[in-house]
Amino acid sequence: MAEPTRKSFWEAMNTIDRRIIFLILFIVVTIPMLLTIGGEIPPTPPVQQAYDAVEALEPGDILMVSIDFDATSAPELMPMLKSVLRQAFRKDVKVIMLGHIAIGLPLGHMALEQIAQEFGKEYGKDYVDLGYRPGYIAVMIAMGREIGDIFATDYRGTSIRELEVTKNVHSYKDIKLLFGFEHGGVLDYWVRYAQARFGQKMTFGTTAVMAPDAYPYLQSAQIEGLVGGLKGAAEYETLVGTTGLGTRGMPAQLWAHVLVIGFIVVGNLGYFFTRRQRSRQGGDA
Amino acid sequence: MKRTVPLIITFVTAFFLVVSFFIPHEPFGALEQRMLVWFAIVSGFTMLLGVDSLIRAHTRQFLRFKPGWTQSLALIIGLIVTVVLGVVGRVKFGSPFHLQSPFMFVYTYAIVPLQATMFALLAFFIASASYRAFRTRNWVATVLLVSAVIVMLWRIVPSGHSISPFLDWLGEDAIMNTFQMAAKRGIQIGAALGAVSMSLRIMLGIERSYLS
Amino acid sequence: MGSLGTILGTWLAGFFTLAILSFLYKDNPFYKLAEHVYVGVSAGYWLIYVAFFDVEPMLIGTFRTQTGLEKWIILVPGALGLIMLSRWFPKIGWLSRWPIAFTVGIGAGLGITANLQGFVIPQIGATFVPLSLTSVKGFLDVCLVIGVITTILYFYFSKPHKGILGTSAWIGIFFIMVSFGASFGYTLMARISLLIGRLDFLLTDLLHVIK
Repeated sequence: MAEPTRKSFWEAMNTIDRRIIFLILFIVVTIPMLLTIGGEIPPTPPVQQAYDAVEALEPGDILMVSIDFDATSAPELMPMLKSVLRQAFRKDVKVIMLGHIAIGLPLGHMALEQIAQEFGKEYGKDYVDLGYRPGYIAVMIAMGREIGDIFATDYRGTSIRELEVTKNVHSYKDIKLLFGFEHGGVLDYWVRYAQARFGQKMTFGTTAVMAPDAYPYLQSAQIEGLVGGLKGAAEYETLVGTTGLGTRGMPAQLWAHVLVIGFIVVGNLGYFFTRRQRSRQGGDA
Repeated sequence: MKRTVPLIITFVTAFFLVVSFFIPHEPFGALEQRMLVWFAIVSGFTMLLGVDSLIRAHTRQFLRFKPGWTQSLALIIGLIVTVVLGVVGRVKFGSPFHLQSPFMFVYTYAIVPLQATMFALLAFFIASASYRAFRTRNWVATVLLVSAVIVMLWRIVPSGHSISPFLDWLGEDAIMNTFQMAAKRGIQIGAALGAVSMSLRIMLGIERSYLS
Repeated sequence: MGSLGTILGTWLAGFFTLAILSFLYKDNPFYKLAEHVYVGVSAGYWLIYVAFFDVEPMLIGTFRTQTGLEKWIILVPGALGLIMLSRWFPKIGWLSRWPIAFTVGIGAGLGITANLQGFVIPQIGATFVPLSLTSVKGFLDVCLVIGVITTILYFYFSKPHKGILGTSAWIGIFFIMVSFGASFGYTLMARISLLIGRLDFLLTDLLHVIK
């Protein structure tokens, strides 16, 4: 009976059980979270531009915040959202929240109530949550003519004309800046339907997946700034002067990146060595 | 009747909206606004179609004790509990999304962790794929890999700049603001022109797949 | 909800989190249970938001507060919405094509102008940058223009990729691969961030290891 051929080191590495890879990643991400706290993260130009856009608002100006994400993107976008709200409330800017991803809107609402409480802000007087209406593009275009046609009431059913923040808000002309928090294609709709048609100034926080797709809008100056991914959130937290999940997550992200680069290198080394081995064995035969 | 009337409706609504884009004044502007509000109302009902087929399939599974009926039961219980608590929240607090509402308990402690963890699994799968599948078999794969590694190094903290200012320039100015942006713009211009052509085909009744 | 509710809720969330993560070891009944509960509560959520963000404020609310024509005309989209549900009944299911045609028509009509005004024209305009090879920025601007043109040419399949078109497409592939690599890098960061988020919950809220 023929003896089973022993696998070489690289063959064994190539066929390693993927659960070992999972375990290594789990350990590499967990340990930095337990041991280290991230420091200040110098902002990149797109994030600085987004921050400056909000910083340029005056007390009493209206900032519209659009919650276009859900729990699947919350770790990246919630830290950004909280930082933006802190910056806005610090400047006594009025905030109107709405959303196009219904299942994510309560996350935005929770963040809004939490930050408003920190700054002693009052619902109706300093901020309003309009809630959600289906229809994406129809909502965006209808708001350009009359917001009250789509959002006659806020999320509680109170007429928007009875709330101090929204009683005189009729269209984008009354909104100084829109800050969208995006995890999908709604960003494209905002730019194509609201920015292009009505000239609404807007800036965005996006997941890292979406960020590369938004760079064309940045270069064409269709958007004021871009905060991308958890690192973008960490940069924004540094600018606002807070520490949140963005900053806390940076050490773990650093080591995860190093690990994956290592995986790519080792994986390719294994590929090359086993290919060379096979071609040698094929040559010897 | 079954196909002609819908085709006429599609043409009239699409054509009207194109005209209102160029003539925003009355009566076009007001009519367009009305159509947009109606669109928002009608599109909400499409969500109900998906939920119905889900309820039917799992109710059938549970009632006939087919394999996996316990999971179907868990699904139906989850659905009923969520709906009931949502209605209770609306009646008691004015909105299911009021922070004190019992509906928010289901949202915070069931929907959010389930949804978030489902997607967190992807981190493991992408790491495994990086090790097992990401191979530089040819020059295009090598370009992809080199670009990915540069971007990953540039994005790590405290900043790519602290590794090398050249890496900073390479990541930000060269790759993100030039090379990848150019390709994304080219791809998206093509996609946008394709979307315009598809919209025209739908408006003119050439594309009818939505009627099946 | 008081602190008991918070504690129970945190343990429930912890259970669901660990049940989903257990899939990494292998498929198991806990994962299947969590998966089905997720689908069920999500479906319940959709029903709630259709009821309280669409039907109640936009239909019932409008009917109650408006007068005259505005009051009665709101029944038209309500009827269209109900007609949409005729898909449940095979004999009259064809009626659902009317509201579908309405929504598709609106999407098509808006899409024609928005894609051109909102994307194609501004993006082409932004590609007209001053060209110069006397500085690094100038060189990058030249690369930008070449990249946009060659990427678009790569996706032109009406002629075989030979000669000048072939060379342009080959250059386009280079730019496309750089963009895919950048997207891969960013996607990896995004997925790791999601894992960091869940670990933060487990270590902070559930186990109180991190304060």
